[in-house]
Amino acid sequence: MVELALPKNSRIKTGKTWPKPAGATNLRKFQIYRWNPDDGKNPSVDTYFVDMDNCGPMILDALIKIKNEIDPTLTFRRSCREGICGSCAMNIDGINTLACIYGIDEVKDSVKIYPLPHMPVVKDLIPDLTHFYAQHASIMPWLETKTNRPAKEWKQSIEDRKKLDGLYECVMCASCSTSCPSYWWNGDRYLGPAALLHAYRWIIDSRDEATGERLDELEDPFKLYRCHTIMNCAKTCPKGLNPAKAIAEIKKMMVDRAV
Amino acid sequence: MRYLTDRKRALGNGSGRQGTHHHWQMMVSSMLMIVAVPVFIFTLGMGVGGTYEEVLAYFARPFPAIVTGLCFSVIVLHVMREAHEAIEDYVHGTAEKIALVATSALAYTMIAVALFALIKLAL
Repeated sequence: MVELALPKNSRIKTGKTWPKPAGATNLRKFQIYRWNPDDGKNPSVDTYFVDMDNCGPMILDALIKIKNEIDPTLTFRRSCREGICGSCAMNIDGINTLACIYGIDEVKDSVKIYPLPHMPVVKDLIPDLTHFYAQHASIMPWLETKTNRPAKEWKQSIEDRKKLDGLYECVMCASCSTSCPSYWWNGDRYLGPAALLHAYRWIIDSRDEATGERLDELEDPFKLYRCHTIMNCAKTCPKGLNPAKAIAEIKKMMVDRAV
Repeated sequence: MRYLTDRKRALGNGSGRQGTHHHWQMMVSSMLMIVAVPVFIFTLGMGVGGTYEEVLAYFARPFPAIVTGLCFSVIVLHVMREAHEAIEDYVHGTAEKIALVATSALAYTMIAVALFALIKLAL
């Protein structure tokens, strides 16, 4: 049965307010979710003040500044700092997005930062994406062929290659899946927008020869049909992709082969 | 606590190999309702405000009686399938199965009662 309230040990409490930097005039308030599995305490929201005259323009710049200069225990994932690796996905001001490409000036008032919603938390802003990655692996995200390998290469027309645009750009940041209410309630069985977008990327690849098997594996009331076209995935995708459209295309293919 | 690999958890019991029929049925009933509901409202509106005898005479005519019966059946079956979706979303385990059976029983009973009432009015 769906749980509508957080368990007692997950309820968020007010955390520490860190002192303002001395002499700074252009301050910005950051409220950041903190949870440490080792101290046995409930999660809390700590308040930090960042001197914007000495800080980069992006949310990730502020997080790195906080970690370097105020609180070295603050934990988050980051790598490429340019929207390619998908590591720094988090919930910023109520939106799942990448901290490295989301500007601080896009947020009014204080900047509220939480980990991606409805996922187990490893520590602070780091969600446990183990199941998410296993679901991605389950859709066989690689080219499946039965014909003998050609001497040179698998050829693809320009038109067929264009069908992959808007799909291959996904960086697997999990912003879409963790914004989907269906994934919140049934994430154990529903594949979620990210995995389904990747599934469609391989289904419509003209070189792939496992289209039928891929559709067979997806034809399930939970794996595919938990998508109720809520569209949060398309709204939140930091790369501007449309997983809901990809899912709709899979459903159309399912109907085409059945009716 | 079970020691399962991440891949095993993700794969679960595999694909149920169904869902497309339900998806297609929902699209079919949605398309039917686009036509049927306005016709139903129009025909029902024609009978509103009459005396008991006039309403009996109205539903004794084949067109209003058949439209009303078809509409009620399509709408209740559509709502039943949507209710099944909602139950599958939020309720799991034995409670889910009981709720699915109860919803189906209620829906088919409603259709039976409505058709019985309609036949009684029409004949």
